[in-house]
Amino acid sequence: MSQRWIGPAVALAVPFLVAAVATFGLDAYVQLIVLGVAINIILAASLNLVNGFCGQFSLGHAGFMALGAYSSAALSQHFHPFSGPMQVLNFVVYALFGGILAGVAGFLVGLPSLRLKGDYLAIVTLGFGEIIRVVFLNSDSLGGARGIHGILGFQSYFVSCVFAYLCMTITFLTLWRWTHSSYGRAFLSVREDEMAAECMGVDTTRTKVLAFVVSSFFAGLAGSLYAHIYTDLNPMTFQFNKSVDVVIMVVLGGMGSLSGSVISAFIVTVALEMLRSVGDLRMVLYALLLILLMILRPEGLLGSKELSDLWRKYARRRT
Amino acid sequence: MEEFLQHVINGLNLGAIYALIALGYTMVYGVLQLINFAHSEVYMVGAFASYYLARFTGIADKPGPIAFISCLVVSMITCSILGLTIERLAYRPLRSAPKLNILITAIGVSLFLQFSGQVVFGADPKVFPQLLEDASLVQWGMIELRLFDVVILAVAFASMFALRFFILSTKTGKAIRAVSQSPRTSSLMGISVNRMISITFILGSSLAGVGAVLVGLKYPKIEPLMGMMIGMKAFVSAVLGGIGNLPGAVVGGLLMGVCEEMVAGYLSSTYRDALAFGLLIVILLFKPNGLMGTTQVEKV
Repeated sequence: MSQRWIGPAVALAVPFLVAAVATFGLDAYVQLIVLGVAINIILAASLNLVNGFCGQFSLGHAGFMALGAYSSAALSQHFHPFSGPMQVLNFVVYALFGGILAGVAGFLVGLPSLRLKGDYLAIVTLGFGEIIRVVFLNSDSLGGARGIHGILGFQSYFVSCVFAYLCMTITFLTLWRWTHSSYGRAFLSVREDEMAAECMGVDTTRTKVLAFVVSSFFAGLAGSLYAHIYTDLNPMTFQFNKSVDVVIMVVLGGMGSLSGSVISAFIVTVALEMLRSVGDLRMVLYALLLILLMILRPEGLLGSKELSDLWRKYARRRT
Repeated sequence: MEEFLQHVINGLNLGAIYALIALGYTMVYGVLQLINFAHSEVYMVGAFASYYLARFTGIADKPGPIAFISCLVVSMITCSILGLTIERLAYRPLRSAPKLNILITAIGVSLFLQFSGQVVFGADPKVFPQLLEDASLVQWGMIELRLFDVVILAVAFASMFALRFFILSTKTGKAIRAVSQSPRTSSLMGISVNRMISITFILGSSLAGVGAVLVGLKYPKIEPLMGMMIGMKAFVSAVLGGIGNLPGAVVGGLLMGVCEEMVAGYLSSTYRDALAFGLLIVILLFKPNGLMGTTQVEKV
């Protein structure tokens, strides 16, 4: 029984370790990349819930991220309940606000569109993402085309890193426990054969909407993190390309594999930075990668297995 | 009243172009059940192809029907070849894969063409050369009917009628309709499904090529990312009319064009893009099969 706290303890220690290494061991450019990886992991894992586990195709993740980012930034401009050493709890409030708003939006978008076939959901979510972006672009109270600058940031890099990675850990653990529960099995059944799932008593619409809402919540959370880390928001950041970025991360890692999403988020974030030297060709190679991936290895790195499955497979072989 | 009619004329013009591109989307969806995201980029490449032709053969200095027709032909041929290549290389290997994979591939091809266009053509907008001399044909109070408007409507509708003739009155057209109903049964009847799909892509891409030159006529600024917005609106038009339904695509396109003109003219120009998506969501909520589509019964 004493072994049960090892997992959570390690999980809680990881953010502090990563933050410590990053703050004292790396230069400013790499430090930002480290934060970017945390945000992308949250985005990829949450999208994997809808695309990978539920088999639906959502192309609007950037829209929910934008909602979370803008709402969090707007709230932070007017509302500071905590101050002093407890300042960091402010960001918890902002993150929850951003996430909940995005989740509500996910409900409003998902409920009507998840009744339709897969292709339609893709277009509706794409359209929703674009509408959100156009609305933010045209609303001068939220900065319009120039965006919002000087958003409230964290006190220090160490705090921001710990916060970001704590969020990532919480997201990952929540999604992991959830997908390994009966809800997770409902998602998988909807993915495999919706008609059969419906016949077996799984309320497919409710299941899909649930996955969509939770996915949007975490996207909003990631958006809120983005706003307070980069302290600068611009509608151009949340274009369709951002949604595609996240889709690529999910596909590369394996649709249906949370650990795969973590790995691929890391790879994609780092690779994008490293490819900056290639200049314009970077995005061409990026798109080519996606095409080749879908033709040659559509299941991505880990397919629908998790790292723990692979470890168990090889550990068992030795005995 | 006059302003309203002018908006209607402009809207029909825009709508005719949307209809041309929407036909490409709807035909491919009919045979492959695939939303061909790359279609808008094929359109973009057609525009650039005729731009380069006009620039490098000095046609730009001699506007007239010859310039117009040669640009049209080059654009159609380039688009057809590109569409065929995409089908062969990106879609055919995935014919038996789950729908999600081919959808993601389509997005990948679309992005690839967009970014390659930026690298090859340069991201800066270019000015499409004037292929015809504009003239005001009819002036009736405040309403003006220009030569360009008439040419666009005439060429667009001529192309659509040509397509209609091909699909309804030729053997190949019948074969394509058969494939869109049931590929397996069609192959049992001796139809080469692969060939029909290729022909569908050629037809759709040619129409996109026509649309590209017509757009260049009226809105001379072209850039590698021009395909995205117009492609999205054309796709919404196809869904509006009922995806897979050819007359529906035309109706949807015209309706979309007119609505967009009305919004831009009477409400606010900045929200004209959002209209397309708003319309899409409304249609999907209340009539997901589109205005002219039929309800598909899902069998187990």
